Amino acid sequence: MSKIWSFLSRTRGRNKLHITDIITYVYLSLSVIIMFGPVLWLILSSFKSSAEVIKFPPRLFPYRQETIELEGYDEPLPLYEVTLEDGSTKVLAQVRRVGIEAQMVDPESPGEIIKVNIEDRNPVERIYFGLENYIEGVESFNFARYLTNSVIVTVFATILTLLVNSMAAFALSKYRFRGRNTIFLIMISTLMVPLSVVLVPVFLVITNVGWNNNLLGVIVPGAATPTGVFLLRQYMLTIPDELLAAARIDGASEWRIYSQIILPLAKPALAVLTIFSVMWRWNDFLWPLIVLSRNEMFTLQVGLNSFQGELNVQWHLILAMTVLTLLPISVVFAFLQKNITTGIATTGMK
Amino acid sequence: MTVQTKRRSVGDFFNQISSAILDFFVSILDLIFGTLQRVIGIGGMPYMFVLPNLLIFGIFILFPMLLNFVYAFTGGTEFFPDLRPWVGTQNFEQLLSCENFLDPNTCQEDLFWRAVFNTAGYVVFQVGLMVLVSLITALVLNRKIKARGFFRSVYFYPVLLSPIVVALIWKWILQENGLLNGIITALGYDKVPFLVDAQWARFWVIIISVWAFMGFYTLILLAGLQSIPSDLYEAASIDGANDWNTFSKITLPLLMPQMVVVLVLSLIRAVQIFDVVFAFTGGGPGTATLYLVQYIYSKGFSSPSKQFGLAAAASLLMAGVLIVLTLIQQIMRREEQ
Repeated sequence: MSKIWSFLSRTRGRNKLHITDIITYVYLSLSVIIMFGPVLWLILSSFKSSAEVIKFPPRLFPYRQETIELEGYDEPLPLYEVTLEDGSTKVLAQVRRVGIEAQMVDPESPGEIIKVNIEDRNPVERIYFGLENYIEGVESFNFARYLTNSVIVTVFATILTLLVNSMAAFALSKYRFRGRNTIFLIMISTLMVPLSVVLVPVFLVITNVGWNNNLLGVIVPGAATPTGVFLLRQYMLTIPDELLAAARIDGASEWRIYSQIILPLAKPALAVLTIFSVMWRWNDFLWPLIVLSRNEMFTLQVGLNSFQGELNVQWHLILAMTVLTLLPISVVFAFLQKNITTGIATTGMK
Repeated sequence: MTVQTKRRSVGDFFNQISSAILDFFVSILDLIFGTLQRVIGIGGMPYMFVLPNLLIFGIFILFPMLLNFVYAFTGGTEFFPDLRPWVGTQNFEQLLSCENFLDPNTCQEDLFWRAVFNTAGYVVFQVGLMVLVSLITALVLNRKIKARGFFRSVYFYPVLLSPIVVALIWKWILQENGLLNGIITALGYDKVPFLVDAQWARFWVIIISVWAFMGFYTLILLAGLQSIPSDLYEAASIDGANDWNTFSKITLPLLMPQMVVVLVLSLIRAVQIFDVVFAFTGGGPGTATLYLVQYIYSKGFSSPSKQFGLAAAASLLMAGVLIVLTLIQQIMRREEQ
């Protein structure tokens, strides 16, 4: 114990634990609860049965009632802890309930029926993590379809984003040509204009192209992001021009220079853009909401939102589906969190 | 150490997959662009490289931006611009006509003004809280603490969650029979109708959005704090400066560039708040959490009246605000340099 204490108090190079150190660690511990707690509560709740989900006050862990299979009964019987008339308690199995009276049997002597007031019995429960909500949710929620759509959008949009933006960044950073500055300026000036400002006309364009209810309408429009061009161009400017000149003398075509020299050298910037793009696309909501109106074309986010908007909210299913939706991005984060945080800290954008 | 190498190899795995897919596309394009270069020569190649980007950009961003003006100055309920009659500034007049600008009930388009006031209130409190919380957190993380990397990721994790997931997580906690009301009743108080009461709903929208985004701004500020040379602090402590002096005379002035970035980015983001709230309260109760983007969305897409002109006019007004904010950032950045 004293070892732990000396380890904890070994801060700021002093011998004593300073008051500011205590405040720091209290702040950090509270933060862990506030930042992770809600997600943890969601995950714990997602294993609760539909009956338990609406119980108040809520309990921390998901419970399920113990059952027992007895000869002579087709279905497993639920177990209760019963307070008998003489004051002793006993675990009994309930056969049926009639009004305020429950007919119970003793598992050790199943032949004899004991009648008990329902006030006198408490269910025997244990902590139980079952996948029932997940299975039922996936079946009733069209999860596979939404997941497929989300994966298609994320993968193809990211490939297209990387390709289109790195090509443009290459041209804007490594060539002198008429109109270069104009093109760059127009792109940069729209950097801060969000989709929300052009909702109506974008919908018109999508309609005219015929991409309503088509995943292409979600994939293509966002692919040319000024952010991406800017990020890649700044990086490519640091690649020396001599490399390109040498390759040209060796007879390499411009495309070869781009694909064999520039792309491999720009890998760190491309990695950052990949992470951004995956994050943007997986979590995107407003754009797919406008483009997609047929249920079977929904992405996970749009599907999840329409599912929670239905009349009788089935929380136990929604919770399970929410966990499934946040799972992929959490796994990616767990493995790549260092790359993500440093990438964002250095570029200053999201 | 073993954990480190393992982590790196998973990262490599992602890299390999993405580069393999990329290689495939690149080799197809190799063929096309090689032929192109033989036809148009080297001088035309940069245009070919920017063309795909420019096409997408022009069709889906630039053109709609121009088209937005057409919608804003035409009326009626027709969707296609050629069928819409020219009405001049009527849409703007309708949005802006108020007997008393401080009372939305006296305005012709009262919903718009409710959205404006809600957004303004939200922006002031959310941005203030956001800057404060991320500054404190960055200062705490910048101390000599154990497991800094872990704590940094703790704050950052919600940034990656989708707005819908964030909204559902909190709706689940704040609903009538939720965790928070469970804790409150366990402490002996009455349940609080967090999602039904207008003021509470507004309060929680602010808290949730700070919860969801603060990790991002904390990162920016932390990077700024770490770039402040440590000999400045040593010199200050030799000169006998106390903690407050050190903070106000060294830390804060040197952190100013990052503070401006955080302030402007969070302002721009706050003005456009939409998806979290859309899934969390849907704008309710009543119109308590109806914000500008949702007003635009509902005018254009979900209201039966199909008032595209009003939606476009409102979005132009909002774009004006955003452009002003961006300009302020540019000017302040230039002054810094």
